[in-house]
Amino acid sequence: MLRDAWLMAVKDLRIEMATRVVTGQILPFGVLVLILFGFAIGPDLAVVVGPERRSMLAQAAPGLFWITVLLAALLALGRAFAVESADGNLDALMMAGLDPAGIFLGKLVAVAVQLLLLELVLGLGAFVLYSTPLAEPAMLAAVVLLATAAITAAGTVYAAVGSGLRVRDTLVPLLVLPVLSPVLLAAGLATDAAVFGTSDNGWLWTSVLGVFALVYVAVGMLAFGPIMEES
Amino acid sequence: MNATSSKGTRVIGYSALAFTVLALFFGLVVSGPEVNMRESVRLMYVHVPTILGAYACYAVTLVGSIIYLRNRSEFWDLLAASAAEIGTLYLGFGLITGALWGRPTWGTYWEWDPRLTSTAVMFIMYLGYLAIRRMELPRDVRSQRAAVLGVVNIINVIVVHYSVQLWRGLHQGSTFGLDPQIRDMQYFSWFMGTVALGLIAAWLLIHRFRLAWLERQLEDQWLEEALAERRSEAI
Repeated sequence: MLRDAWLMAVKDLRIEMATRVVTGQILPFGVLVLILFGFAIGPDLAVVVGPERRSMLAQAAPGLFWITVLLAALLALGRAFAVESADGNLDALMMAGLDPAGIFLGKLVAVAVQLLLLELVLGLGAFVLYSTPLAEPAMLAAVVLLATAAITAAGTVYAAVGSGLRVRDTLVPLLVLPVLSPVLLAAGLATDAAVFGTSDNGWLWTSVLGVFALVYVAVGMLAFGPIMEES
Repeated sequence: MNATSSKGTRVIGYSALAFTVLALFFGLVVSGPEVNMRESVRLMYVHVPTILGAYACYAVTLVGSIIYLRNRSEFWDLLAASAAEIGTLYLGFGLITGALWGRPTWGTYWEWDPRLTSTAVMFIMYLGYLAIRRMELPRDVRSQRAAVLGVVNIINVIVVHYSVQLWRGLHQGSTFGLDPQIRDMQYFSWFMGTVALGLIAAWLLIHRFRLAWLERQLEDQWLEEALAERRSEAI
């Protein structure tokens, strides 16, 4: 199973390195969304939090960052399955005897790597554009890793459900985003704690994210096979 | 069968009608206003049963999905799909009646309290399930994917429920600040409401299921006729 996962992941990452869709199209899209949030909220709005006065953008930055990541992830997941559907690859891989759980893990790893790269750049962008501080880098790193795992796991399952359909681009977001709402919640709260260093609940929400990641990966490994069955 | 009604559905239908009239009578006329909520408690006689009905329908969807995944039974597949439709209808009504209740009681149509928020997300999840049911795919592939989703949805509903509970639980205490004291006649009205809406749900479910069954038979018939035509061309 792990060998199959490795094969899938390497194949997908090679395709990405050759076509540069994530770096060339999805990444700029993400940065654009960050900028658009700046337009929507405006830099002049300020909030008073405890003793200090913060700009609304800085205060909302964790949530805005994660929404941008979710939107970019939808595109990345759509792309990950679009490369397969053109020639019926997934059916061919199943028939070739690859373990479905292995295919799932491979896709997960490939999309997760791409998403982590996106988050690195978008995170830098958020720090720069919204002037946010950074109180606990270790917590932020943990949050980003766990949230990425959870987003990718749930997203891969639902992208597989919608694969090969003409309505894929409208159906998959409708399916994925409600499922990811707890991840958005937990990641936003944990990032808030990591960035501003205010809340005691940062590690609590980080562990909640860990639970999500475990649950979604486990469910994905079990559900992927039945979803891809064609008889 | 060339119609979806039968003696059984007529019995259920007329009892549903009778209980609805009774529930309206007890809920609007006989029972009195509640201590804190006053007249808006009457919405509870409808709101709570619709939510319970939705949960019951989704339980049917879960069971149907599991059984379909085990033995590919068309009956359970169509039952799961029909139950999801009725359940989503009821959940939608539950959200609307809840909002209508909230306005006079809380002063607002919406509160980010755990139950409301997770119910709203659950509603959208099942809209997604219904969207899958309409996908342009070979019938058994579509049923297979929908069945997997029917099971996975429940896991997701539980995850959403607990995470929202944790979120709002950490930030504030009880949202309600009201202690509903339902007395005898009000409890009875609520019970009437539950029976009435439960019978309506059963009636809707049976009709919807039979409709789906007939549609499937029509599809099969069309296919057989098309095959026969093709074969006769070959001769």
